[in-house]
Amino acid sequence: MQILMILLLAAVLICALCVAFTKNLLAAAVVFMTQSLALSVVWLLLESPDLGITEAAVGAGVDSLLLFATLKRIRAIDSDARENRKREEEQDGTRS
Amino acid sequence: MARVRDDMGDTRWGRLQRWLREGDDSLDRAMIAVWDESAEPEPEPVFTVPPARPEQKKKNQKHTAKLEKLLRVFSVIAAVLLCVGIIGILLHTTALLPSFGREDNPVHNEVPRRYIEKGMNEDTGAVNIVAGMILDYRAFDTLGESNVLFVAVCTVMILLRLQAGDPDERLGSDTRDRLIEPHSDPILQVIARVLIPLILIFGAYVILNGHISPGGGFSGGAIMGAALILHMLAFGEKQTARFFSYRTYRAVSVCALGFYALAKAYSFFTGANHLPSIITIGTPGRIFSAGLIPYLNIAVGLVVCCTMYALFSLFRKGEL
Amino acid sequence: MGLTNYAELAAIILFGIGFTILLIDRNLIKKNIGFAMTDSGMYLYLAAKGYISGRKAPIVVNGVTEMSAYINPIPAGLVLTGIVVSVATSAVMLALTVRLYRKYHTLNIDEIADKARKERE
Repeated sequence: MQILMILLLAAVLICALCVAFTKNLLAAAVVFMTQSLALSVVWLLLESPDLGITEAAVGAGVDSLLLFATLKRIRAIDSDARENRKREEEQDGTRS
Repeated sequence: MARVRDDMGDTRWGRLQRWLREGDDSLDRAMIAVWDESAEPEPEPVFTVPPARPEQKKKNQKHTAKLEKLLRVFSVIAAVLLCVGIIGILLHTTALLPSFGREDNPVHNEVPRRYIEKGMNEDTGAVNIVAGMILDYRAFDTLGESNVLFVAVCTVMILLRLQAGDPDERLGSDTRDRLIEPHSDPILQVIARVLIPLILIFGAYVILNGHISPGGGFSGGAIMGAALILHMLAFGEKQTARFFSYRTYRAVSVCALGFYALAKAYSFFTGANHLPSIITIGTPGRIFSAGLIPYLNIAVGLVVCCTMYALFSLFRKGEL
Repeated sequence: MGLTNYAELAAIILFGIGFTILLIDRNLIKKNIGFAMTDSGMYLYLAAKGYISGRKAPIVVNGVTEMSAYINPIPAGLVLTGIVVSVATSAVMLALTVRLYRKYHTLNIDEIADKARKERE
């Protein structure tokens, strides 16, 4: 039991360090999701099953989904800007 | 003074003196003026920034770049030192606190004693003491929290909703989505058809059994919201919009929050005035027991479910 | 016997790492993740304070209603509300991030500040 607890807490801290040192935002979001999953088992070991269920559903599920949706939205804004620029350039080209 | 330097104002020491005399504003202005060369010349500088000659400008630029780099390195080092210091102080304080896992810690005082010993049989009737605590003893807190979720959805809606005049983020989103993730992916759809009812049933079980087993409105609502999100991802936005729209969200959330507020108002009113109440705690362990707790769990679960789906939908397509 | 103080140690270190990310990372999304991490650290600390070794979760079994059979339910209730509220704050911060990105086309907070200052002048 204690060994499992130590392993899980070490996993949580390693995930936190990985998030701190990675440059890739998608990787950071996935690692954060993993950290939440490990934490949800830590709640079970601390005898709080309510927290375990909530953390697994909310922290690991919905929070990470929101991060993914944000990243996707940002990429969409980027490609929109690129398309707009291309269109403007084309218009300039046809005009001249 | 033996030697008066007339370029005093340009040396580092002179600038530091000027900065000390005039506050950091002049330095900021000078830095911005150097960064922003393409902009128009400053109209009538309030401070006596010396007019920059070209070669001096280049020197200034080098200076400011170096200064900026130095500041950044310094701030990183300071932040790391601060964090290590905070960790050290917190660890030291924790070492002074009562030790972990002992039963004579002062946090285990008469309040949890009351919750555990009288909670199930006399006060709430909930087998799960945590559910009895957050939905009966501290129900007002939970009402505020459900409202926090509602307000969060409102804020996100204000920030992210796309109007008709906005840039064509929405127009392109359909085609782009089809490129990135195929909308009619047969594997995903078959799996989703099997999984979504199971997830919904599990969420309903967690909500309805909240006062008997671990779980409750928050976790069950999040599980059901995840099922709705899966439906949207597998079958597309139009299919989900058939049964969940902005109107549905508004009606369900407002009804659930209103029901919660009214039910707890009745319970507070009768309890505070020692009036007989129609709410009984029933037989602990049954589904229909524990007074208002199952109904409040359902209300909270509906609010959380709609909130989770609405947040994802707003982030995903900019509308509900 | 039982668990010694590893949970609180990990909670404090998690808080410190999250706080460091929040302070020194220039990326707004990373800042958001760091904020969520400080949240997790605090919840872990609270839940660890409510734990009593050798006792069970606060769900009445076989009608035993004695203080000596269950752990403290109060931190669990507080953390339960906190986890859900942290999602709401995280959603609002991410929405603000999307808005800033739509306006300035960058996630770096320094560049955003520069562009905003230039715009103001």
